[in-house]
Order: sequence, then C-alpha cells, then structure tokens
Amino acid sequence: MDLHLKIWRQKDRNAAGKLETYTLTDLNPHMSFLEMLDTLNEQLITHGEEPVEFDHDCREGICGQCGMMINGIAHGPLKHTTTCQLHLRSFKDKDTITIEPFRSAAFQVKKDLKVDRSAFDRIISSGGFVSINTGQAPDATVIPISHELAESAFDSAACIGCGACVATCKNGSAALFTAAKITHMALLPQGKEERNQRVLSMVKQMDKESFGHCSNTEACEVECPQGISVLNIARMNFEYNKALFFNKK
Amino acid sequence: MILNSKIPEGPLDEKWTRYKKTAKLVNPANRKKLDVIVIGTGLAGSSIAASLGEMGYQVKSFCFQDSPRRAHSVAAQGGVNAAKNYKNDGDSVYRMFVDTLKGGDFRAREANVYRMAECSLNLIDQAVAQGVPFGREYGGYLNNRSFGGVQVSRTFYARGQTGQQLLLGAYQALMRQVGKGTVELFARHEMLDIVVIDGKTRGVIVRNLDTGEIERHAAHTVILATGGYGKIYYLSTLAMGCNGSAIWRAHKKGALMASPSWIQIHPTSLPQSGDYQSKLTLMSESLRNDGRIWVPLKQDESREPNAIPEEERDYYLERRYPAFGNLAPRDISSRAAKERIDAGFGIGPLKNAVYLDFAKAIREQGKQKIQEKYGNLFDMYEKITGYDAYKEPMMISPSAHFSMGGLWVDYELMTSLPGLFALGEANFADHGANRLGANSLLQASVDGYFIAPYTIANYLANEIHTGKISTDHIEFDRAEEQVRKQIEMFLNIKGSKTVDYFHKTLGKLLYDYCGLARNEKGLRYAIGEIKKLKQEFFKEVIVSGGANTLNTELEKAGRVADYFEIGELMCYDALTRNESCGAHFREEYQTADGEALRNDAEYQFISAWSWKGENEEPELIREPLTFEEIQPTVRSYK
Repeated sequence: MDLHLKIWRQKDRNAAGKLETYTLTDLNPHMSFLEMLDTLNEQLITHGEEPVEFDHDCREGICGQCGMMINGIAHGPLKHTTTCQLHLRSFKDKDTITIEPFRSAAFQVKKDLKVDRSAFDRIISSGGFVSINTGQAPDATVIPISHELAESAFDSAACIGCGACVATCKNGSAALFTAAKITHMALLPQGKEERNQRVLSMVKQMDKESFGHCSNTEACEVECPQGISVLNIARMNFEYNKALFFNKK
Repeated sequence: MILNSKIPEGPLDEKWTRYKKTAKLVNPANRKKLDVIVIGTGLAGSSIAASLGEMGYQVKSFCFQDSPRRAHSVAAQGGVNAAKNYKNDGDSVYRMFVDTLKGGDFRAREANVYRMAECSLNLIDQAVAQGVPFGREYGGYLNNRSFGGVQVSRTFYARGQTGQQLLLGAYQALMRQVGKGTVELFARHEMLDIVVIDGKTRGVIVRNLDTGEIERHAAHTVILATGGYGKIYYLSTLAMGCNGSAIWRAHKKGALMASPSWIQIHPTSLPQSGDYQSKLTLMSESLRNDGRIWVPLKQDESREPNAIPEEERDYYLERRYPAFGNLAPRDISSRAAKERIDAGFGIGPLKNAVYLDFAKAIREQGKQKIQEKYGNLFDMYEKITGYDAYKEPMMISPSAHFSMGGLWVDYELMTSLPGLFALGEANFADHGANRLGANSLLQASVDGYFIAPYTIANYLANEIHTGKISTDHIEFDRAEEQVRKQIEMFLNIKGSKTVDYFHKTLGKLLYDYCGLARNEKGLRYAIGEIKKLKQEFFKEVIVSGGANTLNTELEKAGRVADYFEIGELMCYDALTRNESCGAHFREEYQTADGEALRNDAEYQFISAWSWKGENEEPELIREPLTFEEIQPTVRSYK
C-alpha cells in the first residue's frame, strides 16, 4: 500500500516546527506503524537527510515510551492500543496521515516527535509510593486482600505513563495519570497509612507543573491505551477533599 | 590469572547467613561521604539505587530511557518465582535450588543458585508491602501458577504484567529517594566508558542524549545493572534500546566476560513475517500452562488448523517429554520447535512457526476462565496479528530473549575490576546455561534488594578514608577523549549504508551460526564474516546529524560497533565449548535421539574471557565448578 505522511519536524525545543510531507510506496499492511517510520527513516538517512526522531522502546505496548498524535488522536484510531501496537492494516491505501508529537504545556517538544515527560516522574516522586524501606516488609500473607480489591487496584496500577491523557486533554491536565496512582495506593491496605499526605502532595506537584485543570470532558479515558477509567479522577477528588478535611482538624 | 569466586565456607544453606554475619559495615555517618553510581534503572538498578539511598549513601542513577519506569524489566509478563510453598505442593528453598541448577544444566555455582532461592522468600514480602497487586485467590491470599521446568506452582503474577508491576514498585521506591535527595536521577544519559584509577573503578563518562553533552561522574563504586545483550540478533523479544555497550566497555577496561554465547532463545514469540520487522513480540511462557503445542503430521499442510483432525496432529512436546509435556524448559522447547520446522512441518505463510492451541483448555475451563488468566496476551496477539486466539490456535516461533552470559562476577557480585559490580541480567551468575521462566525478575530483584546492599557495604567499608574523588584526574581526560574521538569518527565516515543494515546483517549471521544450534565449521565461518562486516561498517556506515544534539542514529552506531565485538566473542566462546549444555547446542555433541550431550569431565567450568585488544584473540580463563550438594546428572524431562 502507499501512504502520504505529514510529519511534525522541529529541530529543537526553541525552534519553530512545521509539518513536512513524505510519501511511502509499496508498504506491507502487516507492518507496524513504527516499522513504517523505520522504513521512512531508512530512506531519509540514505538520501543524506536527518531521520524523524520519535520515542519508542519495547514495541509491545508496555513501556509507555512511544506515543504520537495520529490524525489528531493519541496513539491513533484503535482503542486500547499504543502507537507501537498499531499496524498499517488500520489504514487504507493512499491515505494521508498526520503525525504530531504529544505536545502540551507541560510536555515540551525536544525534537520532532519526542517530548519531555519528566513532570510525570516528579509527580510520582512527590508521593506516589508506600514509604517502606528494603527489608522492613512483613510476610506477604499477613494482610489478606480480596480478589476483587486486588483486581481493581491492578486496573489503576496498569497505567503505563505514556502521557496520552495529557496530550489529548484540551486543558493539558494530568488528572488521569495522577489519579490512577492515588487510587492504586488508596485501595490497598499497604497504602492506607499515607493516603492523606499522598494525595495532597501529588496534587500540589501536579499543579506546580504546567498541567491544566480537569474539566471532566473524559477525553483521557477514551484515548488511554490501558483503558484507565475516569472514576479514578472521581476518587482522587474524594481523597483530596477528605484529606483537606482531616488535615484541618 | 586465577579466579576467586569468594564462596563462603560452610554448609550450603548457611553460606549466605555466614557471609552477612561477617561482612564489613559502614556506619551511618560515613555513608553520606560515599558516592555510588548505578547505571540502569530496571529491577536490579532501581532496587539497588533505592536501597543504598535509604541507607544514606549518595547515589547517582542513570538510564537511557526518558524515565526510569521504562527500563526493559517492564516487559516481563508471566511472573516471578518464590519458594513460598503457599500451594502446599512440596516446594521448598532446596527444591527451587535443585530445579534451577538442573534447569541451568549444571553450569552455575551451587552457592549462588541456593542464595537466589533463599532470598526469593523476602522478595514477595517486599513487593506486596510496596503495593504490587499480585493475583489473589477469593479468600484474599496470593495465587500461583506454574512455569517451565518445574513440577510445583511457585510463580507469583500480576496478570500478564508482572514485570511492569514489580518495576513500578522499585521505581516508586527509587523516586521516593529522589524526592528525599539521596538519589540524583539522570534519565536520557548513556554510559560510554568506565574510568579506572590505580586499578579501582572510580567513575564513568556519560552522554546526555538530549543535548549531546559529554559528562564526567566520579564515585567510590560503580554498579552496572544494564540488562542483557540479546538484541544483538536484531530480531529479538527485547526493547529496541536494549544493548550490551555498558558491559562491553567495562570488559575492554578489564572486567571479564563469562559464557557470552549462552543466550536463551524463547520458544513462544510471534514469528517473523517480513524483512521490515523490528521486533518479535513475546507471548508469555505462562500460556503453556493451558496451551498445547503442535504441528501437523503432514509436511506442507495447507488446511486451516481447525480443519486438521486430532489424529493428524503431532503434539511433539507431549510426545517427546511426557513428564513435563508443554511445560518443558525453554531451551528444550525451542530446539524441539526448530527440529519440526527444519524437518518441513512448520506452519504459517513462511512455514516458520508452530501452533499453540487453547481449544482444549477453553472446552474444559470455559472462555471466561482463560480470559481472566491471559486476557491481555490474547488481546495483544490479536492487535499484532489480526487473529482471534480464542477461535484458532496462536502461531508462535522461537526468538532470542535472555543472555545467561554477561560480566563475570564473584559471590559478592563484583566483577574482576575492583569496585565495579554487575547486577541482574548484566552478570552471568545464577542461571547456568539455561534460565528457567520467572527467574529473571527474581534474580534482578534479589541482586538489587537483598544481596548487593550487603556486598557493596563490605567493599565501601574500605573506602571511608578515600575522600571525594575528583573528575580532574588524567584517567577521566583519557576516557573522555576516547569517547569524543569515537563519536567524531562515526560522524565522519559518511558512507552509504545505515546502522540498522549492519545490525540486521550481523543478527542474521549470529542467528544462523551462533543461535539455537552451532557447529565448528559454522562458528569459524561466522567469525570471519563478522570481522569483514565490522571492517565494512567502519568504511560504509552513514550516521546523519551532529554530535551536540539529540541523535538516535549516533546512539545506535556506538551500540552496533560494540555488537560486532560481542558477537565475535560469542562465537569464540561457543567454539571452545566442545559439548552441548542448556542453550548451547553444538550439533557435533548430541545423543542418538537429538538431546544435548554434556561433557562434565572436560567442560565443567565457567568460561571467563579477557580482552586482549583490537584484532587479538581473546584469552580464556576457566573457573572450575564443583558440586558438593548434588551431583550433575543427565538432565531429563522425559
């Protein structure tokens, strides 16, 4: 199949970027989307041009490093799918595809399609953990956790930190990412001791970064490759209000 | 050179306790005067950086990914082993030790293997306390599944994302220390050289991958937790960025490499479908709990799998290995698949795959049960292939996966370079010639959480009087100059072939001649071809872009340049080992029915290799293996 690509090219953080047009011919529909970009880069390099820089690593949908806006949709047209798991069979011959970075106020473009997502690390660093040192743990079975509870904690813990939620949000909010970690920790007995402090610190850090506010459009859930539910955000708000109340006392 | 493995005296089950009792300590006031560098933030790297930070050392943590949470431990699917015996099915530390030693074909140290099994108990406790949501039974207790090469259920899991959840636990512990200021994080930094001063490891040269800046960092010890080099085959289950450069550059500075040719080819990955392909996605071994592997009895079968009647199918693992069936260990399962495929029974468009069939399990347990256990794997299969594995069998094929080989380390996980430690997959230590499923997450974690914190303190206890180490030393100048020269050289070649072209060509060579099966003639041929390819690379490669900017091609060029040398050493290693053991199958040494033929009389040793310089043959140093607890037997899964 043949494809026309419009790809965001930007030399560095401070340069102005623009969409460049490329055409690829004779592509195998079983090729993955990133393999299609590999093919383009192979051609660019041998023609003495600079390849398109894009983030990727595991190419099996779990590391969270890949991610681009494909025709305006984070990670492209398939639901619950990262960019690396997308294949050309999801497109039609002669399609024109627009590829842009996950840009947002908090995610500055580093080069072409690569963005800086280190704000996510700082949010986790502010409280997204259980304060336990190596060697302090009691036996794993001391506290039983029901099957259902473990499963729903897992649903929140499954976030891969790709940033699709931020990129797709009209406000550039990191509410879903932050809420997923808060919920994961709040559901499990191990996370209960610090739940008030955790939610206050993480929300504070989130506000300190350049993320916008959540206005409940729920676009984040729609484009989340892990299908993280917006109910996590509801729980974050609940935990936050509760923590504010108890902190006053 | 005589290698000292530093195995403690005493009975096997007391060695580690004895070591811990007598290891030297560093008092809390002195710890903040000691600097530690950790390269890599997978399970081993994150856990050791967090643990040392908690103890009060000054830690710098480096990774090439854009966040430590993306290190490749994240991709492990099926589970992590621990001898908890929660299933009451006869498991114990001793049983796990025996399984692992036998699984590795008696090519690992007894003491290391026993210690890994022993520490497995604490790991599950630690992970649960961090909030890792392991699978639970309805009563609230932890659930287990089985993995290959064992007859008990000792594998703990978090759906098909166990690696992700364990890594997030370690990553969060790491980020907690970053918040406290005990660990300084350097994401998007790649280590390009080790700095050795007066025989001791004193620092590293790294490149900031976003700006191209070359930086110097000094420390009292350097820990490499940089994972495996299976990506050398290009097509593998590994992430695109996985590489062997950190351990290789350490090797060229004096650290020995052990058993480099022992690379596990995983039996259940998705088959190659075209030459554009960049990666072979793994389908977790846990699928073999319920999936049955088969090929048609007829060569060049053209019917759809569901149209082939039961009596015209060959469930070859069940046929050849009735005691373990579909849960035969990885090396054996991969070789059995290759045997059928080579004999013309392969399936799929390229005839390079076998079926993994869930029809029986779905019939017996219902679709919902199977969905609960493996739902995300079936979804992933459908996303990649477009086929629904609930309706027709998966097509799978062997693919390069895990390097048992790596930097030689002693019992303390220290390499032959004083002050340089290697943890997790980067070292060679615990898996012998074949790793059992779900032991990789385990080894990386116990190295980082429970072993290295003791052994590194033991080393650092002698460093409290050293004082701050300066990066102005001439050895830092030399190392940095070397790194800069290499970068300039890559950019100035301006040839016509891409880095990926060379990587793919090398990968194919190694897969054909130093992969699932090897022989003397093929290995000698491969060594010659690799030398030629390397020469061509330095004449013909094209690396676009500049040095002082974000430049992925430049990063890849450095890694592939190292792969040529690693590949060559792999071939030498395979060539000198005139026996078959574990993943190392020399066609000249097999039994009449095609099983591996080990030679304990002559090859019961670890091969440690010393770098002798460009275009020189490497030197082999033998570390004999002695078995006191159990005597090596012929490894049978029949």
